[in-house]
Amino acid sequence: MKSSAEVFDRIASRLSDREGEVAVSHGILVANLAPGGVLAAARLLRDELGFDVFLDVTAVDWPGQDPRFEVVWHFYSTSHKVRVRVKTRVPESNPSVPSLTPLYGSAAFMERECHEMYGIGFEGNADLRPLLLYEGFVGHPLRKDYPKEREQPLVAYRPGFELGERG
Amino acid sequence: MSAERRIIPIEPAGSPGKSAAFEYISTRKDELIGWARKFSIFPYPFVTACCAMEFMAVSSTPYDTDRFGAALPRFSPRQSDLLMVVGTVTHKQAPILLKVWEQMCEPKWVMAFGVCATSGGFYQNYAAVPGIDRILPVDVYIPGCPPRPEMVIDGIMQLQDKIARQKHVIVTKDF
Ligand code: SF4
Repeated sequence: MKSSAEVFDRIASRLSDREGEVAVSHGILVANLAPGGVLAAARLLRDELGFDVFLDVTAVDWPGQDPRFEVVWHFYSTSHKVRVRVKTRVPESNPSVPSLTPLYGSAAFMERECHEMYGIGFEGNADLRPLLLYEGFVGHPLRKDYPKEREQPLVAYRPGFELGERG
Repeated sequence: MSAERRIIPIEPAGSPGKSAAFEYISTRKDELIGWARKFSIFPYPFVTACCAMEFMAVSSTPYDTDRFGAALPRFSPRQSDLLMVVGTVTHKQAPILLKVWEQMCEPKWVMAFGVCATSGGFYQNYAAVPGIDRILPVDVYIPGCPPRPEMVIDGIMQLQDKIARQKHVIVTKDF
């Protein structure tokens, strides 16, 4: 087993042929890529660099910035015992990135969650039904502009109880 | 004896025309039934979150809720008469909670166990119901995050007082 610095060097040299920047931050290799380069980078990580575990996909909402959303993936290699973080920025008008379900089956549920919470589209994931939320929920609750008090109950409240802010 | 027919009026308790004697007897019957019911509470634990730990503590030997006749949980709503809502209820879960409550036979009571069930507690967001009293009537609220076993026992005792004071509809004039 090589040291993580060696592994990072090797990955960085492979990833930096493409558009984007690669750096080590707090013991994790972080690659900032363009949305179009994510799928190819993930394929490279899985097929050639030994990153066999897909840990997570989530998003960050940066209100007021453009592009507004940052989508973040984490991969882990059970042979090298290191993690890699891949990030990309997508605009509010078209918050869409390629789905990693062709590469990692476990991405399906995580993409569903990221989709309902942040409204990120995953092209190629055919099943983006709500996972933790319910059918009929309007909006994306983890976006910073979702009102904290807004309630969307499934059961009508008893008389005398007001709904929180309706948006 | 005259040939007049004796008419026995069939009226529920509480209707005008009741006699003072009947009122007295039915009050005593209410008390009797209330006394019986308050010592045979069968809780249905609707346990969703961390308050469950405290529920386990209070239902175990050191606190012995069997002293109040409330120790034996029934895991079927049809066999229980106290719905203990223990923990956070989310909007997604609310229809399930309501269904459980609807399946319980009368008489039934509801206990909100912990601040999450009482008011949503510190959750004010898209997911949590801010108090189960928005969807079903609650008889006793127990604050605390989680409540101490003594508070739960106090809640059970308050519920017992409430049951003892209640009018039990089973008691009519014909009972
Ligand atoms: S009241 Fe506190 S302990 Fe109980 S469910 Fe809520 S957060 Fe958990």
